[in-house]
Amino acid sequence: MNKALSGGGSSAGHFHWKRPPFISNPVLRYGLLTAFVVYFAYVFNTLEVNPERIVRGIPRAMQIFSGAIPPDFSARGKLIFTGFIESIQITFLATFAGVLLSIPFAFAAARNIAILPIYGLGRGIIIVARSLHPVVLGVLFVKAVGFGAFAGVLTLIIYTLGFVGKLLAEAIEEIKHGQIEAIRSTGAGYFSVLVYAVLPQIMPRLIGLTMYQLDINLRASAVIGLVGAGGIGNTLNSAFGRYDYGTASAILLVMIIIILFAESVSSRLRRFTR
Amino acid sequence: MKNLTTAPLKDIGGESFRWERYTPLQRMRRFAGMFIVAGILLWTISTIDVFWPWVWTAPAEMQDMIYRMIPPNPRALPEILPALLETINIASVGTLLAIIISLPVAYFGARNVSPNRFTLAIARVIIVSSRSIDTLIWALLFVAILGPGPLAGVVAIAFRSVGFLGKLIGESIEEMDWGPIEALQASGASQGHIINYAIVPQIIPSFWAVAILRWDINIRESTVLGMVGAGGIGMLFQVAIDLFRWNTVSMVLVSIVVVVLFGEVVTGIVRRKII
Repeated sequence: MNKALSGGGSSAGHFHWKRPPFISNPVLRYGLLTAFVVYFAYVFNTLEVNPERIVRGIPRAMQIFSGAIPPDFSARGKLIFTGFIESIQITFLATFAGVLLSIPFAFAAARNIAILPIYGLGRGIIIVARSLHPVVLGVLFVKAVGFGAFAGVLTLIIYTLGFVGKLLAEAIEEIKHGQIEAIRSTGAGYFSVLVYAVLPQIMPRLIGLTMYQLDINLRASAVIGLVGAGGIGNTLNSAFGRYDYGTASAILLVMIIIILFAESVSSRLRRFTR
Repeated sequence: MKNLTTAPLKDIGGESFRWERYTPLQRMRRFAGMFIVAGILLWTISTIDVFWPWVWTAPAEMQDMIYRMIPPNPRALPEILPALLETINIASVGTLLAIIISLPVAYFGARNVSPNRFTLAIARVIIVSSRSIDTLIWALLFVAILGPGPLAGVVAIAFRSVGFLGKLIGESIEEMDWGPIEALQASGASQGHIINYAIVPQIIPSFWAVAILRWDINIRESTVLGMVGAGGIGMLFQVAIDLFRWNTVSMVLVSIVVVVLFGEVVTGIVRRKII
């Protein structure tokens, strides 16, 4: 505080206050700034920006937007409806199965529960599941099990495993040990301890995470259809492919509304369970 | 001692007392919740458009695919590394662009500092539409407008991130302490001075935290941009899949995991050192 107040040149009785910098270490501050500038200078040099192509793109953009306004709900209304229903079905199934699957993985990935080799395995699987974007997973599952909703469900199960598994494992690592000792002192075995001492402690968090994951999976289910894994993304992709921008903008509008609605429902349910 | 552990609990209260965890109302609520979940699941499974014979062969197909992927093909690395670098660069430039756009959006979208209801509404619409449309869908749009290449990816990343950054920075503006602002107003400071000396210092820690978090997310997102032609590693992935080069596919997957972990480690270090 003192340093900040006296900072800046106070020579010749002329006091000028200066805001204390965000990063107080000057070497770190200017080092980061230099690295920042150098990196972005390099990237802007390598990024091929062709102004001519952007200019040529403007009429194309105009064409797209004039096609997209007004949005056309009627021509493919039925397809839009079934697409969204399928997205919602994929979301429900994948969230349910994914959360069930992530419970054992979360136990395996909690350092205070699992022995070291199991911990490493559980953590590794969760990290890989988290690192792969759902669209990447979607492409793989479409190749493995064919186009359609099933590939989408499998994709989102793995996606859920990565997300819920990680956060649930963290919740398990933060539990109180009193209950574990109490249950163990009654002579309960390892799995009884998990069921009666650990699970009740993480249950509220698990339900909250499930609600949150429903919201996230609904968003993701709209995208994985772009690579053939079912749902509204499929419909959107074919609308784009047929230059049917009116239908595409209708889908996007409905998508915004549904996602906002799901978000508010999800956050309200989470507040309710807390 | 033996008596205590073996005696049934109902004998403790004299007459029939049984310990129960939930009250009848709670239990009814729990049953209702389970019933709803079961109903939804039943409806979903019975109506979802799935070709069930494919489901039964799925484990075998998946095993087959994994066998084809092993071992990853390291000879694809000369192609993969520049694409990975491009992926990180797209994420960085896209995030930078988004930060620049999102600052005014956050300012106008914060209920307590936005000049009037009109600016608030505009900022809110920008935030909502940006946030609700996924990066890949933005990319689809900008590939159609700007043509394929990393530029479309950068713009797509930026368009998706503006809403995220604008919302979270706007929320931290809404939560800030009003005291410093009043103090500056009392000293006769201009609006620019108030922003610079009362608002900026209060939101700068959360600003950096949010910006770094978004960069981390954007690395993950930019790994798939190439699949719709918007640059980065995704294009290699799609090509390898289309040509059934499974060993290259697995090499790409490994490198994606590595680059995402790299992003996580970097953001972790920056977060610990700075914020």
